[in-house]
Amino acid sequence: MLTMTDKIQATINGLPVEVRAGTTILDAARQVSVHIPTLCKHPDLDATAACGMCIVRVAGSSKMLRACCTPVEQEMEITTENPEIIQVRRTVIEMILSKHPNECLTCGRNQNCELQTLAADFGLREICLDSVVPDLSIDDTTKAVVLDPRKCITCGRCIQVCQQIQDVWALSFLQRGFDTRIAPAGDIHLADSPCVRCGQCSAHCPTGAIVEYDNTQEVWDNLLDPDTYCVAQLAPAVRVAIGEAFGFPIGTNLTGKTYAALRRMGFDAVFDTNFGADLTIMEEAHEFVERFTNAKSVLPLITTCCPSWVDFMEKFHDDMIPHFSSCKSPQAMVGALAKTYYAEKMGLDPAKVFVVSIMPCTAKKFEIIRSKSMRSSGFQDVDVSLTTRELARMIKQSGINFPAVKEEQPDHLLGAYTGAGTIFGTTGGVMEAALRTSYYLLTGANPPRIDFQATRGLNGVKEGSTVIDGHEVRFAVAHGLGNVETVLNRVRAARDAGEPPAYHFIEVMACPGGCVGGGGQPYGVTDGLRAKRAAGLYQDDQAGLWRCAHENPYVQKLYDDFLGEPLGEKSEQLLHTSYRSRPTYRR
Amino acid sequence: MPRMTLAELQSRTLGPSPTADRPKIKVGMSTCGLAAGADGVFDLLETEVKRRALDWHVSRTGCAGMCSMEPLVEVTLPGERAVMFGEVTAELASRLVAACADGTALPADHRVPGIAELARVAGEPVAAEGGPRQYRIVMRNCGVIDPEEIDEYLDRGGYQALAKVLASMSPEQVIEELKVSGLRGRGGAGFPAWLKWSLTRESPGEEHLIVCNGDEGDPGAYMDRSVLEGDPHAVLEGMILGGYVIGAKQGFFYIRAEYPLAIQRIEKAIRQAKASGLLGANILGSDFSFNVEVRLGAGAFVCGEETALIASLEGQRGTPRPRPPYPSVKGLWGQPTMINNVESLANLSQIITRGGKWFSTIGLGNSTGTKVFAVTGKVKHAGLVEIPMGMTLRQVVEGICGGTSSGGPIKAVQTGGPSGGLIPGRELDTPITYEHLQRLGSYMGSGGMIVMDETDDLVELSRFYLGFCVDESCGKCAPCRIGGTQMLRLLDRIASGKGREEDLATIRRLAHAMQKASLCGLGQGAPSPVLSALRYFEPEFRDRLTMGGD
Repeated sequence: MLTMTDKIQATINGLPVEVRAGTTILDAARQVSVHIPTLCKHPDLDATAACGMCIVRVAGSSKMLRACCTPVEQEMEITTENPEIIQVRRTVIEMILSKHPNECLTCGRNQNCELQTLAADFGLREICLDSVVPDLSIDDTTKAVVLDPRKCITCGRCIQVCQQIQDVWALSFLQRGFDTRIAPAGDIHLADSPCVRCGQCSAHCPTGAIVEYDNTQEVWDNLLDPDTYCVAQLAPAVRVAIGEAFGFPIGTNLTGKTYAALRRMGFDAVFDTNFGADLTIMEEAHEFVERFTNAKSVLPLITTCCPSWVDFMEKFHDDMIPHFSSCKSPQAMVGALAKTYYAEKMGLDPAKVFVVSIMPCTAKKFEIIRSKSMRSSGFQDVDVSLTTRELARMIKQSGINFPAVKEEQPDHLLGAYTGAGTIFGTTGGVMEAALRTSYYLLTGANPPRIDFQATRGLNGVKEGSTVIDGHEVRFAVAHGLGNVETVLNRVRAARDAGEPPAYHFIEVMACPGGCVGGGGQPYGVTDGLRAKRAAGLYQDDQAGLWRCAHENPYVQKLYDDFLGEPLGEKSEQLLHTSYRSRPTYRR
Repeated sequence: MPRMTLAELQSRTLGPSPTADRPKIKVGMSTCGLAAGADGVFDLLETEVKRRALDWHVSRTGCAGMCSMEPLVEVTLPGERAVMFGEVTAELASRLVAACADGTALPADHRVPGIAELARVAGEPVAAEGGPRQYRIVMRNCGVIDPEEIDEYLDRGGYQALAKVLASMSPEQVIEELKVSGLRGRGGAGFPAWLKWSLTRESPGEEHLIVCNGDEGDPGAYMDRSVLEGDPHAVLEGMILGGYVIGAKQGFFYIRAEYPLAIQRIEKAIRQAKASGLLGANILGSDFSFNVEVRLGAGAFVCGEETALIASLEGQRGTPRPRPPYPSVKGLWGQPTMINNVESLANLSQIITRGGKWFSTIGLGNSTGTKVFAVTGKVKHAGLVEIPMGMTLRQVVEGICGGTSSGGPIKAVQTGGPSGGLIPGRELDTPITYEHLQRLGSYMGSGGMIVMDETDDLVELSRFYLGFCVDESCGKCAPCRIGGTQMLRLLDRIASGKGREEDLATIRRLAHAMQKASLCGLGQGAPSPVLSALRYFEPEFRDRLTMGGD
């Protein structure tokens, strides 16, 4: 029997190729720079073999085999292109297009659509088949992601992401045959389903069947209104992804250019959510230290910056509510402060302040209205949340030559940030930032090594421990909601057995890779791309003047001038929230 | 019945049945019989016999094959040959009892050929003169025994194969016997059975599993149903043997829910076998323990495809998965799983008791043994026939089934169900083997055989079969999901007289893409009936193109 380490020799279009046993024809072909088209296979996901595009010929077989799921065998002679194969692929595309609305020009994926690209590559000039587009309605009930089942090619990526990667099980196939469509099980609205709006479905969809809910018009309307004071805030992970829409190498940090572009678009002030991240750490680290040093308190403490995770927890793991940090997310903190502290300082009427957050995330669109505490300023703290993709479109609409724009600074009152804030954008970053400041709070000094390598990287569950002031702090980091249960079950097991807590501190991010892999980020995400975006953030951290949240002078100023102290009365009112059990399926 | 030991089973004497000294009346009570009113006939016979206080044996039996003549009643008087009556009415049933009771001659009307005149039965001497054309291995007990009585199966040598294997054969020896027999999968594709068994046995896994695929679904095909209803223990014995060979502890019958009687009978057979020590822990006192459970299919044709069947068994949406990995390597719950068709399993006990060599002498070339066909359509005697492979289509349709019901010429015969194809009348002298049928653009399939005469419209027929596949497509892969629908639209257009010349070329192009790019056999095979109709009867399509033209 062959093992994974055995090498296999084969040829692809006559080119010799050597691969490890178990390698698919699709992957082997890449190795020799042969491109085999596919519409359903995504590097994050198992092959479903749905689309039928990646068919190839293997000598000795009368069939055409799917490259995505056929392992290369010894001496295999593989042909990936010949007139017959191309003809079959063209016909399959033609079939798919006959059931796909001809609405490219007004589609959210125009010029960024895998189906459109394939149709262009194959040069289809005419569809000989009748148009058989089904009459199905759009589901935009979540106001975060929009499901247009007419544009679905039934590749199954979204369902696999939703069920296997995220463990949410909001999406499923309904009906069968020609009538097969994606929808929440039971054919209910997405907003009534377990959907946590993480948007990973939209990030993996090859077409425009699932896209972010577009709020750009609302932003334009407010930018146009001379009486409105528009402020923007930029999330950590956006700065290393926005460049992909403008041809920059993946992971390029474009913080300064983005500030500048936002000002060109008409924003009156530009803040940075990283400032909010620093503030979050100040509050959360105090919360942690308070719990850690008090024998009777509930541990582990679990982070709550990720709205999909909060939503998921309230729906599926509500026994963890006592473990949740009461800290709002950085964007919510910046929103609350923009309409209080900043408005006060600048003499603005908070009713006229319009806060737009630029997020790598579709769930933030929901977070800004998730509870009463999101109106802590007396107004809705954040008015609109845009995804990275929406911002890229707005920059293009503005006619801004983004690569040429000169870098600018943020408005520092709510804009200056430390390296701790910027790494919030990648899995493990919140934990690392919190450990830096917790160390300081417990010992009065920064940790000897600022970097906590155990929190970094793309393993789904990362565990580690560090010693602070003679005490062991055990922590865990999970990303991709499908990985959460492993960690939570360890917490439960220890709790039920009456043992010391399995961990003291847990970070969870819903999206694989954390926010760099967020559901609102530019398309085409893979682990390689996530790692490059994360590297951009770690470089930003390394390059900064301050690397710990408590070193941020503007955060200190905020406490001095306005909030008082972490976990103080004003902080609690503006920066903290609460959770409630919201099981999706009630008995 | 108490649990048996191996020695008790081996020493069990076979028939003659203890009822040979009294009149025996058997009523065919499989689905075909029941549909024709057999339960009424049975009740009447039983009541009459009781009323007259006669010591007769009135029993139920399975389908003897002559479904068009149901209800069938077979009467055997002591010392005499069995006489079969067809299309039995209440009136005839009363006359039968009266004749037997009074000792007068049995009625001369409604007589139809008995099993002995129709078929040679494995293990039995050739009785009838003239040489019957059928050869019954799979159906050797169908219409003969009461399927709900394990004793009757045991009286016919039932479970002797299991006894033999447990007493003296290693799994490897069973596989070798299968290899010698040349048995190929009867579900349609004809994969060598020994190889499947061997591959599954050799695959590493925590647990090996065996599944009997009883999700028969081809239009007009009901061989498996009849075998499950008529001789459930034979299929169960095959399962147990399979479990022994691959090292399984658990097996599943996956039977479509539309077969309630088959399910009821197999469940009863399982209970009986457990009670007799033939199933469960330490079978016949050996180290071998094996259990089976019945699972119902929810009516999706595609769940007959093995990977979709596995998904369905796991409680998932019944859609096919890419292969490899094959079920023999990674099947049900990720474990090595052997999936066998009902008819394949029903052959097993006979191959073991009579030997692989014996089996291999029946048939032609690489197609050994027999094949059961459900012959329907415009045929005089519709029903089930089991024939040795290599017999020609003409011998089956004309010789055994009496030709077309109208007496006119046969236009075509359809085999292989919705993945099969049309064979024109002029090719009827083709022998029935896996290879010969494939060469004609059809395939063996599971055993549907539909006869068409000159009145049949092949454009309509193409639409029917394609429409079936379109309805039954699971929707997973684009070529099947959309290609089928689009091809059907073109056929609809042609049928309505609005077809254009280029539509035929488009149909062929779509068909080719579906064959090559569909994920499973359903989509790959769906164009076959249309393509074979075009291959042999293109003028019928062309004639429609211009009709009503513009």
